[in-house]
Amino acid sequence: MTAFIIRRLLQAILVMLVVALIAFLMFRYVGDPINQMVGIETSPAEREALRVRLGLRDPILVQFARFILNAAQFNFGISYQFKQPVSEMILSRLPATLELSIVSALFALLVGIPMGVYTGIRRNAWMSKLFLTVSLVGISLPPFLIGILLIFIFAVNLQWLPSFGRGSVVDLGFWSTGLLTVSGLKALILPAITLGLFQLTLIMRLVRAEMLEVLRTDYIKFARARGLTERAVNFGHALKNTLIPVITVTGLQLGSIIAFAIITETVFQWPGMGLLFLQSVQNVDIPIMAAYLMLIAFLFVVINLIVDILYTVVDPRVRLDGGAAV
Amino acid sequence: MAFSKTAVAAGFAVAIGVVGYAQAETFKYAFQGELKGLDPYSLNETFSLGTLGNVYEGLTRRGPDLEIQPALAESWEIIEPTRWRFHLRKGVKFHNGNDFTADDVVFSADRVRSQESDLKTRIGADVKVEKVDDHTVDFVLASPNPILHYEWDTWGIMDKEWSEENNTTKVMSASDESPSYAGLHANGTGPFKITGHETGVKTVFQENTDWWDYGNKKFNVDTVELTPISEDATRVAALLSGELDMVYPVPVQDIKRVEGNDGTRALTGPELRTIFLGMDQMRDELLYSNVKGKNPFKDPKVRLAFFKAIDIEAIKQKIMRGLSTPSALMISPFLFALSDQFERYPYDPEEAKKLLVEAGYPDGFEVGMDCPNDRYVNDEAICQAVVSMLAKIGVKVDLNAQPKAKYFAKVLQSNGFDTSFYLLGWTPGSFDSWNILKNIIHCRTEEGSEAPFNLGGYCNPKVDELTAKILVENDPDKRNQMIADAFKMHLDEAGHIPLHQQGLAWGVADSVELAQRADNTLMFYYVNKN
Repeated sequence: MTAFIIRRLLQAILVMLVVALIAFLMFRYVGDPINQMVGIETSPAEREALRVRLGLRDPILVQFARFILNAAQFNFGISYQFKQPVSEMILSRLPATLELSIVSALFALLVGIPMGVYTGIRRNAWMSKLFLTVSLVGISLPPFLIGILLIFIFAVNLQWLPSFGRGSVVDLGFWSTGLLTVSGLKALILPAITLGLFQLTLIMRLVRAEMLEVLRTDYIKFARARGLTERAVNFGHALKNTLIPVITVTGLQLGSIIAFAIITETVFQWPGMGLLFLQSVQNVDIPIMAAYLMLIAFLFVVINLIVDILYTVVDPRVRLDGGAAV
Repeated sequence: MAFSKTAVAAGFAVAIGVVGYAQAETFKYAFQGELKGLDPYSLNETFSLGTLGNVYEGLTRRGPDLEIQPALAESWEIIEPTRWRFHLRKGVKFHNGNDFTADDVVFSADRVRSQESDLKTRIGADVKVEKVDDHTVDFVLASPNPILHYEWDTWGIMDKEWSEENNTTKVMSASDESPSYAGLHANGTGPFKITGHETGVKTVFQENTDWWDYGNKKFNVDTVELTPISEDATRVAALLSGELDMVYPVPVQDIKRVEGNDGTRALTGPELRTIFLGMDQMRDELLYSNVKGKNPFKDPKVRLAFFKAIDIEAIKQKIMRGLSTPSALMISPFLFALSDQFERYPYDPEEAKKLLVEAGYPDGFEVGMDCPNDRYVNDEAICQAVVSMLAKIGVKVDLNAQPKAKYFAKVLQSNGFDTSFYLLGWTPGSFDSWNILKNIIHCRTEEGSEAPFNLGGYCNPKVDELTAKILVENDPDKRNQMIADAFKMHLDEAGHIPLHQQGLAWGVADSVELAQRADNTLMFYYVNKN
């Protein structure tokens, strides 16, 4: 186990370096940060002086080395736009993104798994057909459109829920949470649905497919032959064995939920990291972009590791040190 | 982190407390972009400066029609052509309780001209600022300048003691290692204090009952909440649903929706910004064209042909949906007294074709065009329309529309003015014509040390002579006539092609009364909520 984790950590560092390098090469094509940092009347000489002070005239490899050395100390520099330390800015936005992501993942799991089980067991029920049809919509509409639709129905027309923002938050010192206030919870509903809908569909279809597969196997037939209840067969045996792929997918999807929260956060002006990232792209705020990309890469690496470890918990036949599947 | 957190916590605590009062009126609004920091000298941008103008005040301020009014200076006089005397208002206090005195003005003058400041144009480097007594300051100029104080409404005076105590006398620069106190905290003299600022998320303002003009106040809101909402659809939805009292800008295609909705209305009006086209007339051969060995734009006939080929009414109706004011001038008519002497060349594609033939391009030619797609109202659509209009006179335009970050990186001085034909917008920061003559119409030097935004390099030494005279002419009538002469020469040669003033569109709840200023700035002291 220890050897496995160490090996994984080394891999992780390599992945992060590659991400950083690619990000760095990309930044040169995003545009000129200086024009976003100064007013239009700032003279060309001053613009150039600023460019030099920021090290933007240095060779790209020098810039890259400097970035890596600083990043290793969790120093991502000062935002070009906001003139504040980037690590602090990202940390202050982290709670918003994590709360949104986790709530939408829970929503997807808690609704998706039962729907998947149901449609798996009762393949021909009209409810199953309805679920499947509706889930097609969830897959095919882009989250941007779903978000706007939800806003127009629930915020503008019905006026039940807010159309933007996080509501009022409670500051716990290290974490600002919207989960403890009514307005915070209300503000969470629409973005969480928007962000979770795709995952919900995915999980439902996955569980359904796995259930159909497992229900055909011999040990289920034997279980039935032994006279176990439907409930014990479906949930005790069948569902348990469908969970490995579900855990894998959920784990990996949690990473993408956080990473792709960008669009949902933009539609709902949700003050998370994704919104910060998108704004920084528009403003060519390279320190924020770099830090965010590193953070997301880190997140994926960690989630992958956790998923691998969880395999052994759910299914002891999987051996990590045997160079197990991923 | 530590103080930003506490500031935010304190801000929300205050905000929540205020909601408890029966009479309290909270005004909530959203703008498309963020307030990027609280230091009033770190970014010369209309939105940031305008918003901070509710907190920090200048020696002057501007009224609803942008007329200059006394603010921290009660009055001023020109005692010699090069010596201006400002009499400061007495009894003014900063938000922290400190007295406002001449020392603060001298300090602010130094700070605003410091290396890291983005507002250096507020006072020339050669202007001497002299304290006469605690409430009188002289500004000694190297040469006369009638518009010395034109931009001072956005030069907020800071408290010397406060800046020194908090070690924030220097303006924060992005190359600094640690954040500055003034970037996260504000201490002005204005009608509102900032009580909570969460960067890019929310800023809370609270009325300042100790404001020097509080006795005459014309507003009834005591708390203001600013939220940035970048997504157009969300911003409009937040207004329609009644969550916000005001949002801006409203995209032109949504104006009808806002108008048609119960409880909201759209406030529209011309903005000061002029959108125009420019042509490279400096290089001997265009960078992006099939014409080799010569530059067609050096010939005024070609430029006139382009001007006459543009159907500005069609752009107004089809693209701007009526929300634009076609213009013959590079400055808003609002800002120049003699603007009614000028008229656009009428749309005349036949005449344009003839001009092209006369210039030696009977079959037209090809040229590349640069255009931003996220900077001005419908910028890319305007460029596409220009492309199709020019096609009618035989000119084939290859359009390169890209985000502003890429666009400006390409066409500005830093990249050697890499463009042949472009669209740009300009608002003179001083609200005065000289700014445009100096920045856009003046001859450009090769490296761009003069007229850095004259991307096409239009050059007429006679215009430059006038520009120099306009700078030092104290007599307003003579000065206006010289400006008109300069603009006339520029128009005769079609140095640039002015298109229009784009429109302002604010979405406002019916319960709210406010003043819409043509510089797109919201001053809270005009806001009333019923």
